[in-house]
Formats: sequence, structure tokens, C-alpha cells
Amino acid sequence: MASRVWVVVQLRDGQVSRISWEAVAAAQRLAAVSGAGGGKAEAVVLGSGSAVAAAAADLAKADLAAVHTADHEALRAYTPGGWIGALAPALKEAQPAWVVFPHTYQSVDFVPRLAQTIGAGLLPEVTGFAESGGGLDSLEWTRPILGGKMQAKVRVKGEGTVLVSVQSGAFPADGVVTGGAAPVHPLSSGSADLAGLKPDREILGYEEVAGDQIDLTKADIILAVGRGIGGADKMGPVEELAKALGAEIGASRPVIDNGWLPRDRQIGSSGQTVAPKLYIAAGISGAIQHLVGMKGSTVVVAINKDPGAPIFTVAHYGIVGDLHEILPALTEAVRAAKG
Amino acid sequence: MKPLKIAVCIKQVPNTEARLRVSRDGRWLDEEDLPFVINESDEYALEEGLQLAEKTGGEVVVLSLGPERVKEALRKTLALGAARAVHLSDPAFLGGDALATGRALAAAAERGGFDLVLTGSQSDDVGYGGTGSVLAGWLGWPHVWLVMGVELEESGTSVKVTREMESGVNEISRVALPAVLEIQAGINHPRYASLKGIMAAKKKEIAVQTPADLGLDAGQVGAAGSRLEIVSVAFPQSGAGAQMLDGDAKKAAAALVEKLQKEARVL
Ligand SMILES: Cc1cc2nc3c(=O)[nH]c(=O)nc-3n(C[C@H](O)[C@H](O)[C@H](O)COP(=O)(O)OP(=O)(O)OC[C@H]3O[C@@H](n4cnc5c(N)ncnc54)[C@H](O)[C@@H]3O)c2cc1C
Ligand SMILES: Nc1ncnc2c1ncn2[C@@H]1O[C@H](COP(=O)(O)O)[C@@H](O)[C@H]1O
Repeated sequence: MASRVWVVVQLRDGQVSRISWEAVAAAQRLAAVSGAGGGKAEAVVLGSGSAVAAAAADLAKADLAAVHTADHEALRAYTPGGWIGALAPALKEAQPAWVVFPHTYQSVDFVPRLAQTIGAGLLPEVTGFAESGGGLDSLEWTRPILGGKMQAKVRVKGEGTVLVSVQSGAFPADGVVTGGAAPVHPLSSGSADLAGLKPDREILGYEEVAGDQIDLTKADIILAVGRGIGGADKMGPVEELAKALGAEIGASRPVIDNGWLPRDRQIGSSGQTVAPKLYIAAGISGAIQHLVGMKGSTVVVAINKDPGAPIFTVAHYGIVGDLHEILPALTEAVRAAKG
Repeated sequence: MKPLKIAVCIKQVPNTEARLRVSRDGRWLDEEDLPFVINESDEYALEEGLQLAEKTGGEVVVLSLGPERVKEALRKTLALGAARAVHLSDPAFLGGDALATGRALAAAAERGGFDLVLTGSQSDDVGYGGTGSVLAGWLGWPHVWLVMGVELEESGTSVKVTREMESGVNEISRVALPAVLEIQAGINHPRYASLKGIMAAKKKEIAVQTPADLGLDAGQVGAAGSRLEIVSVAFPQSGAGAQMLDGDAKKAAAALVEKLQKEARVL
């Protein structure tokens, strides 16, 4: 059973998170290639209390070979120590060929260390795979590099388990094959005991990031600026265009990190998620962490001096050029059109 | 508060604002004439390290693995205030994935007697987001990824750490020292080098280490010690699907507004 495929899901508000279902879809596709377990993957869910059994029951409806659960008080709050402590012995025992994770901040926090702990390979943030010969060994994976400006095709060499995380949106959740009745049982950790789990950080609490006063999710039109704006002193023409459009101003993360706009204007995986009817991205390259926060917008306009910027791949309309010329020209055109 | 001895790992990465070309073998970028910079989150890690060292009367030692050009980045960190630098410099170190690079850096960090190792959260080129956690694993120290705040605690034996989570929530935790903290961009405001700093940097040491110096086999690090192998790199299809509006700024702007009004009907 050397080519078993596992998927470790993440709970959000007590339920299997959306991107975890995407990871299940990816694992099902991998298992179909591998043929192990009758071509079916196995899922793992960790946590504490009734949510674990409920999530396992949900997962069991997908076409899976098994659902493994680890339910323990020490897994109530996520810590890398708890998660690795529960998963490492089980993975060492089962030796799956692939373990799929959703590429979330939580996964990035513990999966690399889990790989180091069990001597597995680590393949982060893939967007797809293709068979380039036969079977699991020949897989060619795609992953973004250089902030999404380019893509790399990657192969895994050597022996043993590989931990792979799938990027949000890469394996649509509606691709999950359902209609299963997978058996649910406790995660076997050999002789290891969940009671021995040790959190490696003491959780003191959680806090809302300060300054969420501006709710960009309510805006019909958002004019978002990126690092290409060049400085806080360049914001005048942005404000003028926003006023002409009746738009809220949003920004990519570096604009906030540099202190050019306050944090409550940030859009993306660590900011707000918006879906206005019109999203204008000026001087934003289009890294995935930004795209996840705005790709649901009805119409996307990209303004960038680099025709190769990945933002153009999600845009409906694009202008290649210097935003310092284009934004004022747009303000005039909008004013003229609105009369 | 006892003086903290802090290692900061910095990676030199291509400046993505530059024109990127694929190398002849198709597996990476053509590095000729390619400008390099210090990885963005690593600059924040360095600033955090410098501030913690200043607060406690400690010092920062910078570690970087890479080819000869890396010395320029190290020199810059010395100008910013790092006391010394260690360059993991050997062809065998190159081409490593997060596991191989983390292992090499751990071996270097192990020899320094540090209280804290800081890294960036993610490299802007390969972006594995895992090198620091792997390093922590080899040292057997706790780690936190995506750190947006570090507070020294009275006891001197732990730090209070803010970890960024999705959806605008932060986790606050207490982490025992020694530890590895993987710093996220935006945690602080990195300083600029002063003329005095630049002059002082010239006299500071950059120690060179090979795998043998670190007690590692060449096969345990770099491309040979990695499970991942980049087969090819390519540009995504640009502008796929987007209607591009041409002409000078005025013409393009007018065309866009017309499209948004009449075609997309969102204005
Ligand atoms: C864990 C994590 C979480 C993150 N969360 C977020 C998030 O929530 N939101 C977010 O946005 N990012 C986030 N990031 C950062 C993200 O990876 C990118 O680094 C960031 O989105 C890039 O911002 P940018 O496009 O403004 O800058 P860059 O990538 O530097 O792009 C600047 C763009 O401006 C263009 N440009 C420059 N000058 C001009 C000009 N005069 N006219 C026109 N165009 C010009 C350039 O061609 C370039 O495309 C996160 C990263 C990590 C690791
Ligand atoms: N070659 C290297 N030399 C020094 N530090 C590195 C190197 N590669 C990665 N790092 C550190 O590890 C962090 C995460 O990198 P990565 O795992 O590649 O995303 C970076 O921000 C650096 O701090």
C-alpha cells in the first residue's frame, strides 16, 4: 500500500472549510491516478468535541476509502505541537505516498515542520498536476513562483511520503466526488497516545486586527492601488478618481505595510475579501494573496505598466501604461461621461 | 532582561520589477544582468532583530545561503546594524528546497548559541514558506509562522507572539526561548542605512562556511539533498481573456469608460 493518498482537512467554524473540500477534490484525483485503496483517498480530521464527528460524517459522504479522526482536548486550539504530535506517528505508520493539505496559513505553520519531523518531502502551494509518463512517480506539478509572475513545473524525486498543499481555487470543490459511505475510525497512531500531545506554544487568545472600521465589502466600486503608486504623496489623483467614480479606495498589502494607507484598506488573504461590481486595480501585480480577495468582482480593470503582470489574467479590461498618466485621464473621462 | 543573541536569515532574490528572462536550460531565470534584492519579509525580520537586540543590549548575526553575489546583501545588513554575517557559500548548497536549505541553515544556527532565530515568512522567488519551520525542527525549538508582533516578557525566558491568521484575526501566544520566528512584512518600519553604518560595515566580518564546516555531507544539502526538482519555468499566458485598450492615456481612458458604460454597464 505504498501509494495511499491522504488528505488532512481543516475545520472553520466547526465545519470542513471550503478550501479543505478543494484539497479533498485534489486527493481524489491523485488517488485515481495511484489506484491504491481502490482508487480512493483517505481523509483525516483533527480537533476536539462534537465538531470532529460531525465533520467526519460530512467527509464520509464523499467517495473516500476511510475517514480518520483525532479527537482530543489537546487539539481544541490549533498548535503545531498538537497537530504534528497527532499526525506524525500516524503518517509514519501508514506511509502514504501523498498527503494533501489545503494551502492555508495554518497549514504553512505546521506542514513544513511535519515534513522535517517524519522525513517527508514538502511540495507547497501547487495549482495542478499532470501525468507525464505513468503513475504517481511521473507527476509534474505546477506552482507559482515570483509572486505569480511565472510558473514552475516541479517533480519530486527520491523515496517516501510527500506533503503537498493545494492553492485556493486550483481544484474546485464542486469536483469532489460524492456518494460514498466511508468508514470512520480513530486515527491510528501506533503505540503513540494522543494524551501525550504537547502544544509548543501557549495560546493566550485571539484578537481582531485593529481598525476594521471601513467595510469595503459594501462598496459597489473599488479603486485599488498597489506598490506601483510609489508613495503616500501620490494619493491625490487616486482620491480624485475615486470621487469621480463614487468608489472606495482599496490597496494591496505593500501599500499598507509601507504606511501609505491604513490597514483597513487592505484587500487579500490577510485583508478584506470583496466582490464589487467594478474593481479597478492600478499598480498591482496580481499575486495570489491579492487575487483571492477580489477575484469574485463582477468586472475587473487592470492598469499596469508591465504587460506580463499576472493581474491581467483575471482582468476583463486592461490598460498597459503609467498609472500616473492614466488615472488623471480616467478622472477626466469619467467626469465627461457623467456630464 | 538578558542580552539576546539573535540570528536573522536573509535570502537574496531577483528584483521582480526587472525584466525576467528564462535561462537557456529553461529551468530557472537567466541571472546575467538580473538585479537582486534582499527578500522583502527578510528586511522586516532584520529590523525586528535589530530592535530586539537594541532593547536588550544583544546582537544580530545574519545568515545567508547563496552564491557569491549574496555578499553584497550581507554587506547591506551589516551597514544596517548587524554585528557579523555568516555566508553559507559552496556550490553544493545551491538549488535546495525548503528542507535542504532549512537543514543547512539550522546547522549554521546551531553553532551560534542563539536565543532567537528570525526568518522572513516567505521568499519572493520560490516561495516555499517553510524554510524557517524546517530549521526550527532541526534545532528542536518552537516556531511561529507569519509573525506580526514580538513582545519580550519580563522573565526573559519567553516571548509573546502575534501570529496573523486569515480573515483579520490574530493569534496571541507565549513561546519559550530559544525559538524561531518567521516574520511577516509590515510588522515594523525597516530603517535606512546611515553613512556611518556603511563605513562601519566595511570592518565587519563575513565568515564563510561550507557543508564540511557544518558537519554536513554535500549530499544532504542543495539540489542533491532536495526532494523537489524544478523541471521548467515559464510565463503564464498574459492578458488571457482581458480586452486590452490601446493608445495614449487619454484615448485608452476614454475607451475604457465607454466600455464600462455601454458594454459592462457598471458605470
Ligand atoms: C501570508 C501572506 C499574506 C499576504 N496577504 C496579502 C493580502 O492580503 N493582500 C495583498 O495585496 N497582498 C498580500 N500578500 C503579499 C503578496 O504576496 C504580494 O507581495 C503583494 O500583493 C504585491 O503587491 P503589489 O502588487 O502592490 O506589489 P508588486 O508585486 O511589487 O507589484 C507592483 C506592480 O505595479 C506595477 N507598476 C509599477 N509602477 C507602475 C506605474 N507607474 N504604473 C503602472 N503600474 C506600475 C508593476 O509593474 C507591478 O506589477 C501576502 C503575502 C503573504 C506571504
Ligand atoms: N538561501 C537562504 N539563505 C538564508 N535564508 C533563507 C534562504 N532561503 C530561505 N531563507 C529564509 O527562509 C524564509 C522562507 O523562505 P522560503 O521557505 O523559501 O519561502 C526566507 O524569508 C528567509 O528568511
